[in-house]
Amino acid sequence: MTGAALCFEDISLQFGDREILRGVGLEVPEGAVVALAGRNGAGKTTLLRIASRVLRPSAGRVSIRGVPIDEFSRRDLAKQLAVVPQDTPVSFPFRVIEVVLMGRSPHLGVLGFESRADVALARDVMARVGIEAFADRSILELSGGERQLVLIARALTQEPRILLLDEPTAHLDLAHRVAVLDLVRDFARNGRSALVVSHDLSLSARASDRLALLAEGRVLDCGTPAEVLTPENLTAAFGIRADVIPAPDGSPLVVPRSATSERMS
Amino acid sequence: MKILTPIRALMSLAVLGAVLIGALMVGLASGPSGLSAREILGALADRDGIGPAADIVLRVRLPRVLLGALVGACLAVSGVLFQAMLRNPLADPYVLGVSGGAALGGILVLSLGSAVGLGYEAVPPAAFAGCLITTAILYAIAGVNARVSTTSLLLTGVVFNAFASAAIVFLASIAGLTEGASIFLWLIGSLSSIRVEVSGWVAAFLVLGLGATIPLARSLNLSALGGESAEQLGVDIDRQRRVVLIASSLMVGAAVSVAGLIGFVGLIIPHLLRLILGPDHRLLIPASALGGAAFLVVCDALARTVLDGRELPVGAITALAGGPLFLWLLRRYHQRVLA
Repeated sequence: MTGAALCFEDISLQFGDREILRGVGLEVPEGAVVALAGRNGAGKTTLLRIASRVLRPSAGRVSIRGVPIDEFSRRDLAKQLAVVPQDTPVSFPFRVIEVVLMGRSPHLGVLGFESRADVALARDVMARVGIEAFADRSILELSGGERQLVLIARALTQEPRILLLDEPTAHLDLAHRVAVLDLVRDFARNGRSALVVSHDLSLSARASDRLALLAEGRVLDCGTPAEVLTPENLTAAFGIRADVIPAPDGSPLVVPRSATSERMS
Repeated sequence: MKILTPIRALMSLAVLGAVLIGALMVGLASGPSGLSAREILGALADRDGIGPAADIVLRVRLPRVLLGALVGACLAVSGVLFQAMLRNPLADPYVLGVSGGAALGGILVLSLGSAVGLGYEAVPPAAFAGCLITTAILYAIAGVNARVSTTSLLLTGVVFNAFASAAIVFLASIAGLTEGASIFLWLIGSLSSIRVEVSGWVAAFLVLGLGATIPLARSLNLSALGGESAEQLGVDIDRQRRVVLIASSLMVGAAVSVAGLIGFVGLIIPHLLRLILGPDHRLLIPASALGGAAFLVVCDALARTVLDGRELPVGAITALAGGPLFLWLLRRYHQRVLA
């Protein structure tokens, strides 16, 4: 048993004959940001879905500070762990403030009317995320990037111990990408943790303490971004030739050159 | 930045309650014998209920108006629940085939009942049974592996509706002239041949339905952003879908069994109230009960008075008023929400 904030132990998942995950082991330490990278279909989103218990693994277990997630009630799990999805379907014209306040749900009673403190928290989070200007707009009116910021605000309003983010910067411009990753770093202070799926390797390297590369349902390598982001690992994980050069702050910058012959074939 | 508070919700419901009281008064005042407001209030206040005005108000109009209100409330609440569960503002009890199943049960008795000694009084229980059987079939087919998928539910409903429609056409074509006329009236929906003693049952199903689903209102809000997202916020989404499917089917079954197929109430009222009050189900569910009740009572009053000396089926009024109103609402919805 481990006391890591979030721990995946020997997780396997099979859909029919297809093995999605094969014995994945990964730890997200307290106070750390861990980035998760890999090809499309490598199992990154699946791993997040298993952590939030919407998907059950075929084998293995996930625990939060040593307690298996199956031992938490749904509401208690939602108090521990918040998820920012890539995007979300929206069917009714809820206003942005209402969507952000949905993050308080695990903390509220049956009918769950929000208190003034809940509203104040939501406003504070919206100001930090930079969406207070459109608090009263319908979420259906927003662009993909704005909607992503609203989902990040909702997750922060949930006040979880662990944040799971699935490509949180996919629809964002460069300024918002940096701002969101700074928010994640701030979140990880005070003993909280984040697991971030991202295709932006250089930005992930800058924002994370550790980086795990997933390939063919397994963890290919895990360590500091500088340890993991090597040309050999990038070839093995993505089937590309790439240069890795140090940025002025020392974090690795990935410069893709070409697909390998195996990848092309 | 207005947030829904208990006070704001209660104030909105109080306004809708006043609208319902106004609609009930209109319903009581409408009919061939012109009674003044004073006579109506006098009859309502008269404990002994003696006199012609009391006879008309207490024994003829009041039971019909009250049952109309209950049926309207059941249809509107089922509408808002189906829309929330399927995450589709254009869904209603008809989409899932629940109404179709109820209609098939009722029409089976209307067309073939006389051959086995069943009279008109067997229609409501048969319709109710049809509704329950449909719900069980939906549940069994769509809820495979204990997970209730909205896509499977919708597809099953569409297929079941097509089957029920074909069976109804078949039964109507083999029925005699008298049965054919009853089937026609029942398919349009009418409050003219309702039986007063069933009011208690309809009220009981409405109270049960509201009691089971109002506590889920907040979780239905969360489902608007996807079932998985709601689960990650602590919602037991499968339990939520089961309760909503069963509660709304029971309410639809109760309504259809006493009044036939009255369309558009479950579509228009939630849509209209969503535009005015917002999409929060904590307010929208009880508001739909009051709004649906008021709407059907007024439509029934129109059905009784619009043609001098003749009564129209209320389903024709809800469809005639509801069709254009719905198109207008849809246009407003797109202008406001998707502008």
